[in-house]
Amino acid sequence: MNVIKVYGSGCANCKKLEQMCYNALQELQIDASIEKVTDLQEIMKTGILSTPGLEINGKMISSGKLPTKSTLVYWIQDNIH
Amino acid sequence: MKNKILLLSFFLIVWILLYLNLNAITNFIVYSIIGLEKNTHLTNAIWFFIFEVPKVLMLLILVVFGVGIIRSYFSPERTRKMLGGKSLFAGNVLASLLGVVTPFCSCSAIPLFLGFVQSGVPLGVTFSFLIAAPMINEVALVLLFGLFGWKTALLYAATGLLIAITAGYVIGKLKLERFVESWVYDTKANQVEFIEEKIPFSERIDTGIAAVEEIVAKVWIYIVIGIAVGAGIHGYVPENFMASLMGKSAWWSVPLSVLIGIPMYSNAAGIIPIVQALLEKGASLGTVLAFMMSVIGLSLPETIILKKVLKIQLIGIFIGVVGVGIIIVGYLFNFIFA
Repeated sequence: MNVIKVYGSGCANCKKLEQMCYNALQELQIDASIEKVTDLQEIMKTGILSTPGLEINGKMISSGKLPTKSTLVYWIQDNIH
Repeated sequence: MKNKILLLSFFLIVWILLYLNLNAITNFIVYSIIGLEKNTHLTNAIWFFIFEVPKVLMLLILVVFGVGIIRSYFSPERTRKMLGGKSLFAGNVLASLLGVVTPFCSCSAIPLFLGFVQSGVPLGVTFSFLIAAPMINEVALVLLFGLFGWKTALLYAATGLLIAITAGYVIGKLKLERFVESWVYDTKANQVEFIEEKIPFSERIDTGIAAVEEIVAKVWIYIVIGIAVGAGIHGYVPENFMASLMGKSAWWSVPLSVLIGIPMYSNAAGIIPIVQALLEKGASLGTVLAFMMSVIGLSLPETIILKKVLKIQLIGIFIGVVGVGIIIVGYLFNFIFA
């Protein structure tokens, strides 16, 4: 099972990234679950310093920025089983 | 990649040509196309508006783009690595400088604070970063440069850095670790490496463009309003309307404007209309800049977010130290520009 995690405590960009992930998955026709992690302790455990953080299948991909749509699609394709 | 650079060079040339000829273009629009009479209040106001809006927006686009590219080389994670194990004073200087170029959003203040402190960055050094990051930002500098000249912009940046360095240093010297919530030090932070650190330059260009889209879309309206206010009150409201209240002779005006500024929350662009109006009407530069610094540098909502990790005493000291710094800068400006 593919798991995408979006880390963030509710800032505007965090919500946007989550939505972008849903859209990208739909477009790519990939089956994956998207988890939104809002707990501060959980966020800190990953080692990221700014939100939103993006993790695909256990691998931390980026933090603190919104990727462009094409970058996000590339990241997902690159890290999905 | 090649196409992108060609396109960029083309834009840059158009930018320079437009910018250098803005005066002539404005004259052409105001006197030839609209056909206004010279030297009336109304004409001057319209001229000012038609000249300043594109000027400031063009400066903003160029600077935000440049800063966007510079920032793509920095990340908070990288900054933390550079700050680890730095001694107090050198660390404060470095943290303040990095605060200017590291991408940072105040919504990330908590994870950033925790991540810094837990990986061994000294408290005072962390504060230097947290003070410099919001206070010295490209939008504030562009607006100050565009509307009041390079001296004002430079002085703002220099004194902003000075406040971040000294306030962080003082907080570090005071040994206030006991006022950080105790659980903060119980956890050790993980460090992460990102796969995306080696990114091609063409992608950095995209980052710059994305920064322009995001920031300009957010602030252009404030800029237009600010300049409209400036144009509108030019010649209509009496020149010295604010002088007795916020002029140089009123010594108490600096601390008062800082006190008013702290609970106010605004981005740099939002505050410019007010700054413009105050200056135009005889408020002194130091007083107005102190007001501006306290609004964008010390925001109550952000400090309240920090309540999760800091005890109230430390928040108080933080506001106090930075506030005093801003007041000193205010008096300094008033003294220099007397």
